[in-house]
Amino acid sequence: MAELTRKEVEELALLARLHLEPDELDRIGSELGTILAYFGTIAAVDTTDVPPMTHAVPVDLALRADDPAPSLPVAEALRGAPKRDGDLIVVPAIIPGSES
Amino acid sequence: MKPEFWSITETVKHVITGEITAQQIVDGALDRITFLDREVGAFLEVDKDGARKQAAEIDRKRAAGEPLGSLVGVPVALKDNLVTKDLVTTAGSKILEGWVPPYDATVVTKLRAAGAIIVGKTNLDEFGMGSSTERSAYKQTKNPWDPSRVPGGSSGGSAAAVSAGMCVASLGTDTGGSIRQPAAFCGIVGLKPTYGRVSRWGAVAFASSLDQIGPLTRTVADAAAVLQVIAGHDPRDATSLEAPVPSYVDALTGKVEGLRIGIPHEFFAAADESAGPEEEGLGFTPNPGPEEEGLGFTPNPGIEPEVRAAIERTIAALTERGAITVDISLPHTALALPAYYIVAPAEASSNLSRYDGVRYGKRVDASELLELYRRTRGAGFGPEVKRRIMLGTYALRSGYYDAYYKKAQQIRTLIKRDFDRAFRFCDVVLTPTTPGVAFQFGAKTSPLDMYLGDVFTLSCNLAGLPGINVPCGVTTGGLPIGVQLLGKPLDEPTLLRTAGVIESAVGLGTRRPSGAGGI
Repeated sequence: MAELTRKEVEELALLARLHLEPDELDRIGSELGTILAYFGTIAAVDTTDVPPMTHAVPVDLALRADDPAPSLPVAEALRGAPKRDGDLIVVPAIIPGSES
Repeated sequence: MKPEFWSITETVKHVITGEITAQQIVDGALDRITFLDREVGAFLEVDKDGARKQAAEIDRKRAAGEPLGSLVGVPVALKDNLVTKDLVTTAGSKILEGWVPPYDATVVTKLRAAGAIIVGKTNLDEFGMGSSTERSAYKQTKNPWDPSRVPGGSSGGSAAAVSAGMCVASLGTDTGGSIRQPAAFCGIVGLKPTYGRVSRWGAVAFASSLDQIGPLTRTVADAAAVLQVIAGHDPRDATSLEAPVPSYVDALTGKVEGLRIGIPHEFFAAADESAGPEEEGLGFTPNPGPEEEGLGFTPNPGIEPEVRAAIERTIAALTERGAITVDISLPHTALALPAYYIVAPAEASSNLSRYDGVRYGKRVDASELLELYRRTRGAGFGPEVKRRIMLGTYALRSGYYDAYYKKAQQIRTLIKRDFDRAFRFCDVVLTPTTPGVAFQFGAKTSPLDMYLGDVFTLSCNLAGLPGINVPCGVTTGGLPIGVQLLGKPLDEPTLLRTAGVIESAVGLGTRRPSGAGGI
């Protein structure tokens, strides 16, 4: 695993929904290269026919009865919202150029 | 009376008999926090009013002859990634600065029901990502045994608070060692239960297939008493187990005759001095020992001599009491570190996608939604969290999933099979908890160097097993050393029983950290 290019790091930051400053892009790019090179060592391990572990202790698919029960009141659930209009959360334009 | 270093049993007994009121205990704990925490920095939030209200309610119940719980009057601190109704919860991150959750985590509800008094929220590495609590966005927490050293992490505040006698017990979370390692560094007991033993509902998620909540206490019996309360199935956590909860308190028989203790030679392999110093600025020694299965590296960064000696004394103390040691092999141990640091960041990158500035937490405004997400997250997350989100996003990205995440999950199966095989020949596995004792602030500069300190604690989470740290001595410099026991799934009773024997044979006794203020 070679060093990540600046473009790869920028793409990754977009996928991760992170705004990174130029110095952060440089630093994280170089750190990721080092860490991934180390972690790349697992590629050599033969895992033919080894099932991936999804959970540590086998549990049956947990389905519960569809019984209605009280849940968090709307006002409580919205208490931490940074910007509200009544029971709605306000966000800026979702499609660039449109109105919020 | 000096209630600050009472055990749970003593505290409960004195409250029930009325020798002391819950109010007096809480006032004592709050005074001690005020006095000591300016130096230690274990708490992010101290809930004086809430604690006094809970205490008053307990005293009222007692006076009225109403039933009292098994933790009645016990001051407990919570790692600040456990949500608390009407009490700020930050997970050590600026992105949740000032967030007041609208509900209690299941463990908090259970603690309150048992009469425990929540005194406050403790410091941690941001979202639990770290091994020193230096990655908290808020403050530094000092090790009560030596203020120039870290308390470990990520549950560093929880460990320091208990160690310094600011509360009787605390809860932490353990994703790769975050309960056991700070417990080792602070000279206390820390238990990571079997995955699914304790409900994670209301724990701020880091890596959902690895996270588990557990107690940090000064004694093994106290750990048993807290686990007794928090264990059990929770319909709100689909991964919590329905298995019945045994009596952990009764498990402490003080006997280990015939107990088979597995010593995994991979954990004790001597570091190869000839491997040479750091390579190409990696900031760590990538090949410190003999090759295993052609992997080209071992996980062992070298156990400090005083730690090794303390572990050997512990093993000797157990065999003197009738336990039998068994050499075992966990051949895939070397893969735990790379597998962990793929699985955990991958799951974290997904879990932390919820912090986007929309529904709760910090928001940085922008003219478009995508930019709002990116600006909010860029400003709200610290460097280690960003690094892990980037690493996790890389591992999960289209075309890389099989090479990283799936491969790492397959390696978890190999590690789990190693343990399954080993547990045919032994009842518990014994290792050092950490390669060394508490380190100085700023000592671990590269991310990998920090990650390597976790080599002994990670496999437990990857395999979903229970693990416990028990103090087993102090260095000549006066720093605590911890031994780790790993058990079969749901076999916390055997872990606690063995830990209890270690505690009475080679534990710290009444030795307290100097940073406990000498009071």
